[in-house]
Amino acid sequence: MKPFHYERAKSVASACASATDPTSKFIAGGTNLLDLMKLQIETPAHLVDIGPLPIADIEETAEGGLRIGARVTNSVLAADMQVRRRYPVLSQAILAGASMQLRNKATTGGNLLQRTRCAYFYDTTKPCNKRTPGSGCAALAGLNRMNAVIGVSNDCIAAHGSDMAVAMAALDARVETVAADGATRTIPIDALYRPPGNTPHIETVLAPGELIKSVLLPPPPPGRQLYRKVRDRASYAFALVSVAAIVAREGDRVSAARVAFGGISYKPWRSAEAEAVLVGAPATRASFDAAGRAALKDAHGYGSNDFKIPLARRTLRTVLADATGVI
Amino acid sequence: MERILPFLSLLSRRRFLETAGAASLAMTSRPASAEAAAEPVSMHNVTLTVNGRRHALDLDPRTTLLDALREHLGLTGTKKGCDQGQCGACTVIVNGQRINSCLTLAVMHTGDEITTIEGLEEDGNLHPMQAAFVRHDGLQCGYCTPGQICSAVALLAEHKAGWPSYATADVATAPVLTDAEIAERMSGNICRCSAYANIVSAIREVAEGGRT
Repeated sequence: MKPFHYERAKSVASACASATDPTSKFIAGGTNLLDLMKLQIETPAHLVDIGPLPIADIEETAEGGLRIGARVTNSVLAADMQVRRRYPVLSQAILAGASMQLRNKATTGGNLLQRTRCAYFYDTTKPCNKRTPGSGCAALAGLNRMNAVIGVSNDCIAAHGSDMAVAMAALDARVETVAADGATRTIPIDALYRPPGNTPHIETVLAPGELIKSVLLPPPPPGRQLYRKVRDRASYAFALVSVAAIVAREGDRVSAARVAFGGISYKPWRSAEAEAVLVGAPATRASFDAAGRAALKDAHGYGSNDFKIPLARRTLRTVLADATGVI
Repeated sequence: MERILPFLSLLSRRRFLETAGAASLAMTSRPASAEAAAEPVSMHNVTLTVNGRRHALDLDPRTTLLDALREHLGLTGTKKGCDQGQCGACTVIVNGQRINSCLTLAVMHTGDEITTIEGLEEDGNLHPMQAAFVRHDGLQCGYCTPGQICSAVALLAEHKAGWPSYATADVATAPVLTDAEIAERMSGNICRCSAYANIVSAIREVAEGGRT
């Protein structure tokens, strides 16, 4: 680990002011950042510990949703009774990620901002445009079994590792931030992440020193909520593919649908295409297959991860069948 | 063998490790990396409360909680396995919750109540979970065991609080602690000797109220 200056934040304003320098980083749970600092992939000169900041509550909003403080830990959020009753897909998604020890430290804001687990991002002996801009992408022709198949570029095919964010994308979550000059803004979770293009090292729209204060959940949409994760072992592994779905059925037809995928893109991948196919369609496996084809029509495999495209379609079909009671 | 036994009885493995640990403390109380020599770092005063005792330490902010426990306080029961949050050997209990002590900085834990494997026994008696691991043979080489036991102790508290897991069919309900639930909740602790079946038995016994 490179030496750094450590600062305990005294207020949100002072934390943002301290972190405007590009060599500064906020630290909350630290479960991803410290791992990367040990490998010297992250080398901040200044760490601002936001542990003392009062942004760790879950409260109801006037519109009937929830405001989740950025420091709320993954385990507390997953165990919150409001979340379990009204947003079960979020509990399920969080509980599908990492281990209990990690969820006890990892925070809501940190989970959203975790960096990719692409093996070549971690391997400092290999080229990686995300780690070292301009060096190339070893994953393109390498062991890319865990990498993305949609929305990525020939400069970077890294996948986002979060389960929580996939459920939040399906729930239309918004991220509330505050900048060093005190300005606040609300960013739809889908717009938080920047496509890799030819600048994969720039991952979000957040400015230096801009702090995620909370995540807003609107009131839950109608329908059954489900999260399904497919991975190499039954627990404690990143997703090959995951699906968050919220589906309502009226009679024989789908009346409302939200679909988001994990493990296939640089961000939690909400599929408006799948939703458009589903709404009003008969609740049948044929409709679910059509939704899967629509969702993955622009997907492109890179060799070892070709299997993710049919796997994503089949996982969606299974989740939709479970959610609507179609056998 | 007879000549060795008196030596063993006089100097238990634990005593030997404590002595060896104290000797190595002198060498490692400052970070031994080349980087530290190259660039001066500002040391931080950190007060850690471990197993009910307060310790004032002067630490490089890079020191993980795990290294502070092992190298600075001589509490070598907590093990360093992967040092990247994957194996769970470093699991300790902080403010009632289990965490990977390798993935957190000691400076971030001023004011926290930290419990390590050394702090579980009461009045010289093994903690019920320690006794159950012995009884059920929930270990082979033993390296992962302190982390497994700290994890299992916290697991029971989480279950008592009604927390769900990925094995819980309906997350809105308080789950029953089945073997599948125990296995899922212990997935952050790897055992290379694969003593899993007996670990689950030990945890189940304590969860059900004691010796069966």
